[in-house]
Amino acid sequence: MRKIVLIGLVLLSGILFTARLFYLQVYDASSDSLLQNSAIKVMYDYPQRGYMFDRNGTLLVSNQPSYDVMVIPKDVKPLDTLEFCGLLKITKEEFKEILYKARAYSPRLPSVVLPQLNKADYASLSEKMHKYEGFYIQRRSLREYQVDHSANVMGYIAEVNNAIIDKNPYYQMGELIGTAGVEKEYEDVLRGIKGVKYVQKDRFNRDIGPYKEGIFDTLPERGNDIQLTIDATLQKYGQELMINKRGGIVAIEPASGEILALITAPSYDPSLLVGRERSKNFTKLWYDTLAKPLYDRVLMGEYPPGSPFKTLIALIGLKEDVVTTEDVFSCYGGYRYGNRTLGCHNHPSPLAMIGGIANSCNAYFCNVYKRVIDKFPTPQEGIDAWRSDLMSFGLGDFLGYDLPSGKKGNIPTSIYYNKIHKFPEHKWSSLATISNAIGQGEVLLTPMQMANFTVAIANRGYYYTPHIIKNIIGPDTIPKKFTEKHYTAVEEKDFYPVVEGMHQVYQRGTASSIQVPGIEICGKTGTAENFTKIGGKRVQLTDHSIFVAFAPMDDPKIAIAVFVENGYWGSRWAGRIAGLMIEKYLKGEITRTDMEKYVLEGSLEAEYAKPYSGQPFSINR
Amino acid sequence: MIASKTYVRFDWLMIFIYITLVTMGWINIYSASLSDGAKGFFDFDQIYGKQMIWIGLSIVIIIFVLAIESKFYERFASVIYIVSLVSLAGLFILGKTIAGSTSWFDFGGISIQPSEFAKAATALALGKYVSDIQTNMKDLKNQIGALIIIALPAVLIVLQPDPGSALIYAAFVFPLYREGLHGVYLLLGLFAVMLFVSTLAFGAVGVAVGVFLLTGILFYRNRKKRPNIIKYVLIAIGCIAFAFSVSYIFNNVFKQHHRDRFNIVLGKEVDARGIGYNTNQSEIAISNGGWLGKGWTQGTQTKGNFVPEQHTDYIFSTVGEEWGFLGSMIVVLLFVGLIVRIIFRAEKQKTQFGRVYGYSVAAILFLHFFVNIGMVTGIFPTVGIPLPFFSYGGSALWGFTILLFIFIKLDGANYHHG
Repeated sequence: MRKIVLIGLVLLSGILFTARLFYLQVYDASSDSLLQNSAIKVMYDYPQRGYMFDRNGTLLVSNQPSYDVMVIPKDVKPLDTLEFCGLLKITKEEFKEILYKARAYSPRLPSVVLPQLNKADYASLSEKMHKYEGFYIQRRSLREYQVDHSANVMGYIAEVNNAIIDKNPYYQMGELIGTAGVEKEYEDVLRGIKGVKYVQKDRFNRDIGPYKEGIFDTLPERGNDIQLTIDATLQKYGQELMINKRGGIVAIEPASGEILALITAPSYDPSLLVGRERSKNFTKLWYDTLAKPLYDRVLMGEYPPGSPFKTLIALIGLKEDVVTTEDVFSCYGGYRYGNRTLGCHNHPSPLAMIGGIANSCNAYFCNVYKRVIDKFPTPQEGIDAWRSDLMSFGLGDFLGYDLPSGKKGNIPTSIYYNKIHKFPEHKWSSLATISNAIGQGEVLLTPMQMANFTVAIANRGYYYTPHIIKNIIGPDTIPKKFTEKHYTAVEEKDFYPVVEGMHQVYQRGTASSIQVPGIEICGKTGTAENFTKIGGKRVQLTDHSIFVAFAPMDDPKIAIAVFVENGYWGSRWAGRIAGLMIEKYLKGEITRTDMEKYVLEGSLEAEYAKPYSGQPFSINR
Repeated sequence: MIASKTYVRFDWLMIFIYITLVTMGWINIYSASLSDGAKGFFDFDQIYGKQMIWIGLSIVIIIFVLAIESKFYERFASVIYIVSLVSLAGLFILGKTIAGSTSWFDFGGISIQPSEFAKAATALALGKYVSDIQTNMKDLKNQIGALIIIALPAVLIVLQPDPGSALIYAAFVFPLYREGLHGVYLLLGLFAVMLFVSTLAFGAVGVAVGVFLLTGILFYRNRKKRPNIIKYVLIAIGCIAFAFSVSYIFNNVFKQHHRDRFNIVLGKEVDARGIGYNTNQSEIAISNGGWLGKGWTQGTQTKGNFVPEQHTDYIFSTVGEEWGFLGSMIVVLLFVGLIVRIIFRAEKQKTQFGRVYGYSVAAILFLHFFVNIGMVTGIFPTVGIPLPFFSYGGSALWGFTILLFIFIKLDGANYHHG
């Protein structure tokens, strides 16, 4: 016994230490990760975001360096708050608030203290940074816009929020991500891959060199540049034309589906959303709920299409064999049904198809529409057949273009009408939906969809999914879906009379005033009634001015849809703008300077102010 | 011829382990103390360079120790012991104070810590006293005699104050037990340690309440055996008196940094960057090692100097981080192997003096090993004592070298005679 006690204790302690070391070093492997190591700081090296060019190679957006002050709350040591706040140029209260939020987000992960310092601030701060443990400066690259237009196309980048971080572990607090437009859609292409650097720190938080000579470090990979389909000149011109108006312009190259211009008005200078003033500017834009500069009207706005929709009614009439190009219909100052009349304006009567389109006769299209619906045994089947024909033009659903916002629009279904008419207790007939014939009623289209069906007409029966990406400069190619033709339900031969009708619109019809020398345009004006609610009452506002067109007639290079809210009749604003855009694109210069002057100088601000004036007002003046 | 004879007599296993531990110690000190200004392995301005000098001087000391006739150690044990006591007492007049403890003599830049040498002196004196024909460890008078031999240097060291080093003198209970001291002393010692720790953890009043309840319950359960109530009361009073005196010593004799050190291990301090910092950082460093470690000079906590005193008392954390579980296990096994080998050889000694001395060496090394690695791995209170042969420091290295090699010499002489 006396001989073995000490040996026993020695062996026991050997076993005890073995167990303890096994627990610390092998079993409890949680502290094995580099990220949890207090001696290793992970530094990210952010790559340059890819540039954007327009279709002609004009640089739209590049980058500028920016510096963020970051904090890792758990590493923060007591510090001279007053001095530090002085350096950061913030108050002590703000500083405390920021730290509190950072700790609430995560004590271990970095949060932003002060974003986007300029170079001068950075220089004075960087020398003293080591005094403040837990704080460091992160270099990032910020956008530098070369143009003051196309904010809606390019979109913007913003700091990631918690929801994104939870979903995608690539991102960390304070990092930037494309949040709208092309920046969002092509985030993966533009972003590149951030580099990681593991830096060995000593207990005074000083860098003492790369960890393991940097074998775990990765270099940042620069994002790919991309070329957009938009034409910067056209985009800029369109934006100028839309000053003091609300609405938008969509121009597409029919032969490819490439979006030449995508203008929403009012818009904003993309540079407003960069730098330290960003959040102030963003708030200002965000809270402008009347003009809604952040709202992309051409992608998100759902409007009654008005008369341009009549071209589709004509096409469907031909497709369904309920009308020939020779069939004529009389107009009695409108279309009479039951004891009601759907009014029309003054024009020759009776008219066949081409004349009907050229004069935009409501009665003509009501008759054709009624024949389409009534071709089928029940109005339900009629509506659904009509709807399916329309959907082949890309209406009533998302188009599938490569921008992150959009709306389906509305092409009503039989289920929809059954519901509002309480079928089967109450029956309904084609006449109950007659407003659809003239693009009013329940039909809603986005300006983008209007441009797209115009493309289908220009191509006489097919379209490509509209897209904004022309070329990804680098290893990627553009998705295949953008190079596949989508055929409409209507045969090619049925398009010729409609195209001719649209040509007549321009030659001698409702748009004859916008004629551009030397360019054969096919177009269709639209004047859409619209309503708003003031104090709970439904109030009619001045009509929307709408125009769709393509040119030249026989070899279409551009198809365009222009929408001007409360612009009154179609050719007044939309038609003029479309004419100018087409001329600018095809000729590169403007001969109709009278028309240009009218548009540039004209303003609808007074019109937009009317509903908010609190005074009674008159419309369509 | 004589030299070659001398050669084979020594226990080469012990010498081999000693060389291995000292070499590994230096390799880890190099890593723990490496800094930017270093100019290669032989930069004697650096800590690792100085340690190289201490190691070199150890070889001289070893030659001396082995060259001296083995009878000398037994014969002059008392003299060595008295010289040692005088050197400890001399500290109060001539000593140099570092970090609150007056434990060093300063010889023109080289500091010598006499307490590191006093262990060997005490072991020799104890061996001589116990092996005296008239000494019987079952005799109370001799027990007190032995206690005085042990307590004199221990008390002097406590007064420096260096309670960590003094604690090591508890190791001498093992050789005494081996020589016939009643086992109750070992148990009493263990019980005292438990009471001591409970007092610090729960306070003297808490312990008093606990002792009352416990004796009450025991008395009630044994009531049918008609227990002697006076015995129970005496034991209870003894325990409570002990608890209060511990409390008094802790609060009035110990300095704040000693109190803090005990508080950490008892979980009274959880502040990771405050007082518990050492242990916490040391555990992080060891955890970082994993199976095979980060490799020599690649330890991130070691490089960042996160573990304070890493080249001295916390040197094992460097082993843990850079050599991993494998390296740590090798060190643990080397220590266990060395201590077991010493005990094994001590049992083979022909003289009682040699056996007591051998047991003393084994017990001292064991206590250092147990307390130090226990501290570094966070299972024992932070008590600042070095890891033998490993930690940086000339006095410690020489003290342990002398301690071990006197035994190797005595053991060698034993071979010769047998």
